[in-house]
Amino acid sequence: MTRDIAVVAFAQTDHRRTSEELSEVEMLMPVLHEVLDRTGLKTSDIGFTCSGSSDYLAGRAFSFTLALDGVGAWPPISESHVEMDGAWALYEAWTKLLTGDADTALVYSYGKSSPGPVRDVLTRQLDPYYVAPLWPDSVALAALQAQALIDEGYTDEPALAAVAARSRADAQGNSHAQLRGSVPHGDYVVHPLRTGDCPPIGDGAAAVILAAGDRARELCERPAWIRGIDHRIEAHSLGVRELTDSPSTRLAAEKAGAFERPVDTAELHAPFTSQEVVLRKALRLGDDVRVNPSGGALAANPIMAAGLVRIGEAAARIHRGESDRALAHATSGPCLQQNLVAVLEGEPRHVQ
Amino acid sequence: MSSEPVAVVGIGQTRHVAARRDVSMAGLVREAAQRALTDAELTWADIDAVVIGKAPDFFEGVMMPELYLADALGAVGKPMLRVHTAGSVGGSTALVATNLVRSRVHATVLTLAYEKQSESNAMWGLSLPIPFQQPLLAGAGGFFAPHVRAYMRRSGAPDTVGSLVAYKDRRNALKNPYAHLHEHDITLEKVQASPMLWDPIRYSETCPSSDGAVAMILTDRAGAARSPRRPAWLHGGAMRSEPTLFAGKDAVSPKAGQDCAADVYRQAGIADPRRDIDAVEMYVPFSWYEPMWLENLGFAAEGEGWKLTEAGVTELDGDLPVNMSGGVLSTNPIGASGMIRFAEAALQVRGLAGEHQVDGARRVLGHAYGGGSQFFSMWLVGSEPPTS
Repeated sequence: MTRDIAVVAFAQTDHRRTSEELSEVEMLMPVLHEVLDRTGLKTSDIGFTCSGSSDYLAGRAFSFTLALDGVGAWPPISESHVEMDGAWALYEAWTKLLTGDADTALVYSYGKSSPGPVRDVLTRQLDPYYVAPLWPDSVALAALQAQALIDEGYTDEPALAAVAARSRADAQGNSHAQLRGSVPHGDYVVHPLRTGDCPPIGDGAAAVILAAGDRARELCERPAWIRGIDHRIEAHSLGVRELTDSPSTRLAAEKAGAFERPVDTAELHAPFTSQEVVLRKALRLGDDVRVNPSGGALAANPIMAAGLVRIGEAAARIHRGESDRALAHATSGPCLQQNLVAVLEGEPRHVQ
Repeated sequence: MSSEPVAVVGIGQTRHVAARRDVSMAGLVREAAQRALTDAELTWADIDAVVIGKAPDFFEGVMMPELYLADALGAVGKPMLRVHTAGSVGGSTALVATNLVRSRVHATVLTLAYEKQSESNAMWGLSLPIPFQQPLLAGAGGFFAPHVRAYMRRSGAPDTVGSLVAYKDRRNALKNPYAHLHEHDITLEKVQASPMLWDPIRYSETCPSSDGAVAMILTDRAGAARSPRRPAWLHGGAMRSEPTLFAGKDAVSPKAGQDCAADVYRQAGIADPRRDIDAVEMYVPFSWYEPMWLENLGFAAEGEGWKLTEAGVTELDGDLPVNMSGGVLSTNPIGASGMIRFAEAALQVRGLAGEHQVDGARRVLGHAYGGGSQFFSMWLVGSEPPTS
């Protein structure tokens, strides 16, 4: 199958610590309007729609159904939903466009982490019989991974602090980010992770439009062509995984063609500073690669949307001419259990 | 541009029961997946990707259970997607999996759907208070009963039709060893004498709560050529969604259902579904949805669906058998219910449906719906490969 598909538009909310005055649909609506406005498309022009979200953040079953009402699915639309980060919704939409069934796709995702204690909520992702009853929270699990990295000599606490400082300094240029500028590295949350090593808790939404071939060129001056996209999952139990490595990221990158030529930009979904260390190694990213110019998940981590935001940020840099070949990464599950890698390219620019 | 043809070469399901206390969720899904692999004479190593679906995470209390189930489904090192489109999810999951093959991204895909309702309480999962949204009024039956009433009023159907459907489906289930309800002493009188739950829906006209899983192996043309048994071929598949709540919605015959069926028929070259389709496995959680969907899917004119049911057309030995397996009325692991419909359609065209086999079934429709009749997914499978 040879069909080129590109990200042609991206929009996101300002990510905030709380949005209690807004329903999920109200949070999402401006983003849907913005991404459609960027292409001039209407809902009825879109060939396929796919979203990602989680009932557990919303605190109720079928939470995505009302978001669909917000999309304006009338006349009825071809539509689907993954209970995953929106990056996987984008993957589903990409395969749908590859079949030739549709030429354009709207992908969106959203999550509100503010209503409940998200560290506790995420424990419900764990093995329900043997692990979840112990309530090991997401920061504690990430701390195990961070300590393993330090013990193996891959990093140390000052290096982790530097990752946080760089991310939040870069976020200065990102008006949507939640944490920006010089943020104190803070006290230990779970040793060796301090507040500065952890992502902010916040609410947000993101949306992307994909288009195939000439349709992409009509809708976007410099489309971000998806040269490859792949995702892989690892075993769930931390006891059988090598926490200092991410073989699933490496394999996904290989299948997505990330190693065929160097990338200039990488948007990594690393909610903890220590996870950037793991991902840089798995992706063989050198110091010449611009990592998380948006500030990454350490600056804004709207759960279920943060992965799609990485793809959107990477694509937007290509749209703006700031990158020619970018890698975008999304993760799911405890300690980087599941990972997606996309490689995006802009067409060569003429020398002025 | 042509997409890769898709074949179903393996089908497996668990025996569906009220509570599988002998297995974990992982054990339950593993059982169905292993049976599908055995049917296809393939091993875990032959699977390129896994696509899993289930209804809300709240039904078992596990958030994004695909993470925990990756090991049990042999997905480690592979791509794994988790689909969730409410009650239609089983069908949607299968269609997402077909697209991995159709797009030639993967050659052989395991798709699976499950629900282990005994781990929690679906009524609770559906009854959390939601601001600005109408409550489900004591479970799904309370939501759908007014739509059934509207159908009866609009079509003039006699109030006996619902019990005929339930009586038929429960008898069909007796021929299906995997079905949850095996009511050997069922009679029409017993159905009609059962308690009224949500007028006009009686106890025996509602679906049970089941534990169960179903799995299918989907593969490309080359994979089908290696299949030890006759494959089922995908001739058409589609999903359609419409809003839950708006003034223009026809809850009796949603436009999304009509559009979805029309898209499938167009893909499959079906001009007259009543004539060109041999059997239908449709999502009927409350008995009256059989005549309602017969109309929505184009098998009968508006207001005429109940006449097919009353005339016995939809019986197992009728002219258009509906819900040969016993249907959702006999087996309802919610997240799996849609995929069981799709799998039954495939079993029929493979000629492997056992005692509930429809003789000479060549083209069979599998149907699922969900939410407030807002999500639809359908596929049409055939015993022969598609010609175009």
